[in-house]
Amino acid sequence: MSKFEFPPSIKSRPVYGTLEARLGKGHLMIADGEGAEAILGIATPDLMAKTHIIYIPRGTQLADKLRGANPAQFYEGPSYAAAVSRIRRVLQDAHMGLQVYLSGTEGLMGQAQNEAMKAGIPHTAIQTEHRGSVSRRMQCVHCKGITEDVETDPFVCSHCGLNLFVRDHYSRRLAAYQGVCIDAEDPGNVPAPKGIYE
Amino acid sequence: MTIQFNDETFRDDYSFHNTDWAIKRFPFPFHEDSYMYAVNMEQHRGGPEGSVYEKRFDVDEHYVSEMRDRAMVLADDPLRCQSLPHMTLAGWDLLELIMVSKSEDYPDLFELHRDGDTWRWVNKPLGIDDTFTFLDETTLPYGPMEYITRQTQGDFCVLDQRDNNLWMDAGTVTTQADWSLDFDIGMNFFEWHAPVPLAHEKGIFVRALKFLLNIQQGAPARRLNWTMTVNPLLDTSPENYHKWGIQKTTLTPENIGAKQHLRVELQTFFRLPRSNGLVFPIRCYLCSFQDLMTMPKWGRRLHRVVRDLPDELATYKGFIDNRPMMLDYLSQFDDGQPTSPGVWPDFETEPPLTK
Repeated sequence: MSKFEFPPSIKSRPVYGTLEARLGKGHLMIADGEGAEAILGIATPDLMAKTHIIYIPRGTQLADKLRGANPAQFYEGPSYAAAVSRIRRVLQDAHMGLQVYLSGTEGLMGQAQNEAMKAGIPHTAIQTEHRGSVSRRMQCVHCKGITEDVETDPFVCSHCGLNLFVRDHYSRRLAAYQGVCIDAEDPGNVPAPKGIYE
Repeated sequence: MTIQFNDETFRDDYSFHNTDWAIKRFPFPFHEDSYMYAVNMEQHRGGPEGSVYEKRFDVDEHYVSEMRDRAMVLADDPLRCQSLPHMTLAGWDLLELIMVSKSEDYPDLFELHRDGDTWRWVNKPLGIDDTFTFLDETTLPYGPMEYITRQTQGDFCVLDQRDNNLWMDAGTVTTQADWSLDFDIGMNFFEWHAPVPLAHEKGIFVRALKFLLNIQQGAPARRLNWTMTVNPLLDTSPENYHKWGIQKTTLTPENIGAKQHLRVELQTFFRLPRSNGLVFPIRCYLCSFQDLMTMPKWGRRLHRVVRDLPDELATYKGFIDNRPMMLDYLSQFDDGQPTSPGVWPDFETEPPLTK
């Protein structure tokens, strides 16, 4: 599957790369949806023998392929929220030199990166590769509520109901982009939503 | 000098006002008849007597009312004051810096009595007399940064220095020009400035960071920044933008002189001794257009700056829609005469308006 080229943007916006196998005794790979394909792209038997995969299929049929790569440990979860306690547990026991690989949607990578950072791994040492949906995880700057999988700009905050425009300003700590009220100066004047990259 | 503190508000009925003294010392930010981003950093080692640059932490007639406004903002939204766990020592550094500076610079208003680790702090304008143990948080009603910044005008960003960068890891931010501490906390210097247009391309932030990383103890620096605010509203936060944004549409040719304010930030930078952090106070001064126009030089110059500002900057600063009305108003105060160099009003020497 071809990868989406994100347009150039401001310096707080994350930039994603391409996963590559690194040397190391332990490997943690966290992915959702089409992110499985990025893992399969580097999945040699040697690497998989030292790898723990945490995967959220998000409606795709790729879990069996990942399982078939014979990772040392494999977990398939229904949602990120369901998987996060396991991610924390794994990171808690991680040894120095653990290699972390994230692939899939921005929301998945951002949240998993956040957990790895809290465990003391610098964000610059974590590999990422974007695959699948280009939807965004958005924080409403007004009510602070997070709306997952936002595909349009503007969108309605799922918590407070304000009409928000989608900024490129991104917080690693929140693993979210910022949404700001679009009609504050002209209440009710909300443009028709369109795709974020249209 | 004894300051007469105003009893005023920065919300609702907006009774904020500047006395003649405050207008004369207003930190007008334009040293020439045009504006473009620059690092524009200088040493913060005093300035002309009575000016806002004279003391390390300027205290003016708005002090008591501004602190009351801050307390209201923090009560409504405690996330405006946050400190990541590794920043507590820097908070103590800041508390010491402010207490020492204010007690030395304003001995009639503030007293600091130190006996080993037992410190007594007296803040007369706010009626505070507290004794605590330095470096022991349990002896203060708030964390050290929050305690002292509830008593000091201006927003405070406390920056950690590591990996050749500065990190926004703590702060008290209630008088901001539309940025969110809660969102930006934990970001590095380039990331929290990411939304600023044009300046990255000009290399401003690379040069500014290089300068700031090398600030030494006892050698603070300062610069000015500015924007525009309708009504003397201190809390122009993104958090509350859906409430205050509408006020930008209330300008009319009749009320613009009173309602439109030039908002100037006096930004200073101090190295903190124990943590090697950097504190970045951002002090906000507000002045209505009509008060600024009492200085003929500022009237001429403000018209020219607003008129010639690139559209990107007028958009980023949030006044592109109101610019035509601002220019209609300001042009009445520009008779085309030349202006003297520098920021000072030069009231005695500049010619009166001939229009």
